[in-house]
Amino acid sequence: MPLELAETSDPGAADQEYLWTLNFGPQHPATHTTLRLVLTLDGENVVDAAPHIGYLHSGFEKLGEYLDFNQYVTIVDRMNYISPIANELSWHHTVEKLLGIEITPRCKYVRTILGELMRIHDHLLNVGAVALDLGAFTAFLYAFTQRERIYDIAEYASGQRFHSSYTRVGGVLFDVNNDWAEKVRQFVEGFKPVHAELHRLLTRNRIFIDRTKGIGVLTAEDAINMSVTGPLARASGVVRDLRKDEPYLAYPDLDFKIVCARGGDCYSRYVVRMQEMQESLKIIEQAVENIPAGPINVDAVTDITLPAKPAVYRSIEGLIQHFEVLMPNRGYPVPLDEGYGATESPNGELGFYIVGDGTTRAYRARTRPPSFIHFAIFPHLIRGHTLSDVVAVLGSLNIIAAELDR
Amino acid sequence: MADLITTLLTIAVAVGAILTTVAYLILLERKLSAWMQDRRGPNRVGPFGVFQPLADGLKFLIKEDVIPARADKVMFLAAPCIGLLTTLLAFAVVPFGPVNDQPAYLRFIIAPHVDIGIVFIFAVTSLAVYGVILGGWASNNKYSALGSLRASAQVISYEIPLGMSVLGVALLGGTLNLENVVAAQAQGGFWQWYIWTQPLAALIFFTSALAEANRLPFDLSECEQELVGGYHTEYSAMKFALFFLGEYTHVITMSFLTVILFFGGWHFPWIATPGSAYVGAWLVKVLVLLSKVFSVIVFIMLIRWTIPRFRFDQLMNLSWKALIPLSLANMIAVMTVRQFGWNRWWLLPISIGLFCFVGIIGVSAKRAEIRHRHGASQGAGLHPLGGAGI
Repeated sequence: MPLELAETSDPGAADQEYLWTLNFGPQHPATHTTLRLVLTLDGENVVDAAPHIGYLHSGFEKLGEYLDFNQYVTIVDRMNYISPIANELSWHHTVEKLLGIEITPRCKYVRTILGELMRIHDHLLNVGAVALDLGAFTAFLYAFTQRERIYDIAEYASGQRFHSSYTRVGGVLFDVNNDWAEKVRQFVEGFKPVHAELHRLLTRNRIFIDRTKGIGVLTAEDAINMSVTGPLARASGVVRDLRKDEPYLAYPDLDFKIVCARGGDCYSRYVVRMQEMQESLKIIEQAVENIPAGPINVDAVTDITLPAKPAVYRSIEGLIQHFEVLMPNRGYPVPLDEGYGATESPNGELGFYIVGDGTTRAYRARTRPPSFIHFAIFPHLIRGHTLSDVVAVLGSLNIIAAELDR
Repeated sequence: MADLITTLLTIAVAVGAILTTVAYLILLERKLSAWMQDRRGPNRVGPFGVFQPLADGLKFLIKEDVIPARADKVMFLAAPCIGLLTTLLAFAVVPFGPVNDQPAYLRFIIAPHVDIGIVFIFAVTSLAVYGVILGGWASNNKYSALGSLRASAQVISYEIPLGMSVLGVALLGGTLNLENVVAAQAQGGFWQWYIWTQPLAALIFFTSALAEANRLPFDLSECEQELVGGYHTEYSAMKFALFFLGEYTHVITMSFLTVILFFGGWHFPWIATPGSAYVGAWLVKVLVLLSKVFSVIVFIMLIRWTIPRFRFDQLMNLSWKALIPLSLANMIAVMTVRQFGWNRWWLLPISIGLFCFVGIIGVSAKRAEIRHRHGASQGAGLHPLGGAGI
């Protein structure tokens, strides 16, 4: 049964020497990536927590100023490596917004399908990890088996399982074919029973409910004030989803709902994620049956995507365009402008802010990572709970360290 | 002299068999969890991984043995020994076969005719927590200390329902001697098994036994995701292996006790009864007992890989608010039935009634608490599942 929030006094006071400082991470089984929490404990109760970042710092944003828009996608992949293609979508969504490119309908649909697959991918890991942190190992592995299927789909499309680097400015790396669509259909069919099984294992499990309900409550007001987005905000009753609010890709054509809850606790976040997977399946089912025919890249109208191979081999125009795109000192014109674009990534609003300086490299490529903001609210959520709740709350926030330290 | 040799041989065989069984139980657990989780499990060492325990044992022996700086060396070394010794010692009075009708040179209990058998077991197994507490305290590590603190509170809380649930059986059988407990059940046949008249006590005993043995959902003292390794965080090599052996031995002992106290020991209708006179009947009885124990162990493993773990305050609540009152009420019921000489079958409806009564109280208390909490805090008015249609 959930704890009443314990009375805790000011941790800075001099008579508080009995408090323990516990270093939770950076190497700890429950901090699934390299992050560190310095907890102040009163017995089992957490008096205060200080989240630390910087253990995975690799200068991603600086690299964004040296790599061109297509090369940087490989770096973006590695930010939230739980759902790589969702990051690529966001990056190229922003770049295309800056360049004023309207991608082809086919590309929109393919990107939508992959984006939703990544949402399932991410939520599966998170639901599994929450269960694992609470001791239910089996649910975790059930989730992981399905993630393998999604890797297979990403590999079929791009040739790379994990860091697919699939999208390009104005299109994607390779076109998809019917076999790929068939694979997606098979996944959707195979995933439904597993989803039901996860529900049976966890959703009405007494221990699981006791461990998560009323734990780490985030009110709607706090969620807005602390700019929390994504499933966390929706679990607190904030109705915000960029897929509906600022429609992009093929989402306006598709029928789906936004999942919200009002509890704001770990359990609500879990339920929102589980239901979002169901909605994602609905989106995928609709999209995969309606992939429009036609070109996947915008090469017919602009010269910023690589031309089709026959055009490169058989016409001088195609060959010239190929080299124009690839050569470092050529490229295509980029407006001297700045722009912010954001998509609804599985974790929340993932945005990029690009300042263009006329070349195909960004002058500044700032990321708005959802994890960074969600990690910052952690002390607010955990104060007064017990040490056991740390893992439940941390798991429900789904923090990816690579995204913290861009 | 012959008696001494028999005793020593029995000890050697029993301890050897337990330790080997533990090694293979670990393999079984890994295989079973793999089967539950659509994996393959260990399959590299030998066919189906049957030599995996040998490889693991070898690895434990040749790994570097680290004693952390500023640890209390004596305690640090003593703790795993205490842990294993006490659990093995408890096995002295556990009959692992029939005690009368086997050949004279065989004995299926290390210390026969101990009239305080049940008391002895509780006295000794509760000492096992000293290994945990000392190990956690001596490690000079905050995670270990937290783990051992949890373990001490947990074991003390669960000793009480464990002991009181057994008292019902002791009162019914009129004996604390485990051999006689089995004999009493075997004499009366299948319907005399104490599970029929003491189902509630069996449930409480089994739950508390899981907590005593630090098995999920009660493995708070070593839960990996919170305390890294709990009390054995700093232990490595053979010292860690001793803790591990102690834990599994505890599981075996508790499974034996469950079977002996509630499931008729070596007795099984038609196959193994006190009247069985065919050749090798004693062997059949041993096999019956061992297969029952095996089933209990497998059940414990299935539990481990299915459900999540409790939080510490929930663990305490379960013990103090549910198990202890229930076991007390159950004991009073047995006393009443014995005192007035009523039919023992009255105990079955009483057990079920008690279970339902406490269950209803628990559920309504939960409901009231949720109502209270939702009234108090705004923004949490709706059940997250409301209308979601799961």
